[in-house]
Amino acid sequence: MRLTAWGASAFLLLWSVAALSGITSRQFLPAPWEVMTRFAQLLAEPFAGYTLLAHLVSSMQRFAMGFALAVAVGIPLGLVMAYFRWVDRLVSPLFEAVRFVAPIAWVPFAALWFGTGIGGPVLIIFMGAFPPVLINTYRGAKFVDRKYIEAARMLGAGPLRAMSQVLLPAAMPSIVAGLRISAGLGWQSLVGAELIVASSGVGYMMVKGQAAVSTTTVMSGMIAIGLVGMLIDIALRRLQRYIEQRRGL
Amino acid sequence: MAIIQFKGVGRVFHQGGQAFVALDGINLEVQDREFVAIVGPSGCGKTTCMRMAAGLEHPSSGSVSVDGVTVTSPGPDRAVVFQQFALFPWKTVWDNIEFGLLSLGVAADERRRRIEHYIGLMGLTGYERAFPHQLSGGMQQRVAIARAYVLDPKVLLMDEPFGALDAQTRVVMQEELVRLARQHPRTVLFITHAVEEAVYLADRVVVMSRRPGTIREVIDVRSVREGERWDAIARIEDVMDQASFVHLRTHIWKLLREQRGNAAH
Repeated sequence: MRLTAWGASAFLLLWSVAALSGITSRQFLPAPWEVMTRFAQLLAEPFAGYTLLAHLVSSMQRFAMGFALAVAVGIPLGLVMAYFRWVDRLVSPLFEAVRFVAPIAWVPFAALWFGTGIGGPVLIIFMGAFPPVLINTYRGAKFVDRKYIEAARMLGAGPLRAMSQVLLPAAMPSIVAGLRISAGLGWQSLVGAELIVASSGVGYMMVKGQAAVSTTTVMSGMIAIGLVGMLIDIALRRLQRYIEQRRGL
Repeated sequence: MAIIQFKGVGRVFHQGGQAFVALDGINLEVQDREFVAIVGPSGCGKTTCMRMAAGLEHPSSGSVSVDGVTVTSPGPDRAVVFQQFALFPWKTVWDNIEFGLLSLGVAADERRRRIEHYIGLMGLTGYERAFPHQLSGGMQQRVAIARAYVLDPKVLLMDEPFGALDAQTRVVMQEELVRLARQHPRTVLFITHAVEEAVYLADRVVVMSRRPGTIREVIDVRSVREGERWDAIARIEDVMDQASFVHLRTHIWKLLREQRGNAAH
């Protein structure tokens, strides 16, 4: 904890020195306090149509949609793939090919299909968030001790109950670990997507800041992205701890 | 009437292009409400027999039928008590016991009545909301037994259910199971490698030999138990002290020892 504080202070100090030294123009390398001032200002006054908070809310809505879609498709599909080998054989090759197309590489496609509508960013977030959910659900379910599946089958459970009552809870620790990776990747892809296909959101605000040659605005956006990303991860880590404790791990 | 029937059952495993016979020519009938224990050295295929009756494995030749129907897949009419308990760790004691009843579509008040009955019978009162990891091994196995009995299955299949318990707990559970079996007579196929356990619990003891797994002898314990009034003796150690008990145990021990051939011991 003390080291963290030292690290942060040293970083801020170096940054301040570099900014004040005049190596480069203050417009391109503003001092920390200038960025902070701008950050506060962006919270109060609209820039590129909205205040920073409104941009964030807009980004988070898109994120929530894309992430929810990734979870809603990824978890059931992962369970079905783990339970039925034929579904695994059917889906795996396609998935293995598609997942190497980086989320950001979906931007041109998303722009063609959705323009600046909500669909574009949601698709891009989905493409970022989906693979970790699917992979972790699948792996978690695949490694469930066979004895639980056998117990469920001898207790008369069909595929639906075996998947929902046994595979899902047994794979839950792995799934939540996947959600953390997935939320991180989704949040990162979102901002990438907004740089190109959106008319609101933190990414959009940053593009407008760039156009106005306002480094402080761009940096404020980066700080906001980092903070929200951390908050999302902390929330999911709490969920992870809660599940592990309940399970006695 | 025979409830469980093994007819010429064989099982061949293939490993690295080699076939090895795990079970050969198993013919066995378990009658209605009969408690049959299979004993044998590890690797004799006794667990495979049980798993075939459960529908978790399939014979290479011959057939296994329960109540006249050839077994093809697992089902709640053939409840299994596993050695490793296999309780769902994410479900409470109550929910574990309820799981199979939900599959069967038993109505809510009937479920409650049956679960409460077996929770009381197995001494689990007060632990309904506990999770398996909060219970001792013995308590967990009580839950597993309750989970099987509550289904009111045609047959109960027990695969070394007390094998993972410590010696003291094991004795208590053996006494409990005898009590349960006398109170609620069921058709039971019980797998164990413990000879004393088999003689104490079962009506008939099936002794198996290894490689290939075949039935060597079937010993009827019932006449001795009834003649010597074992059930009137409360404690397991006193039963095991009876000359009649020792005699049977030694007989089975010899059968098992002979097949070890030249091996050590």
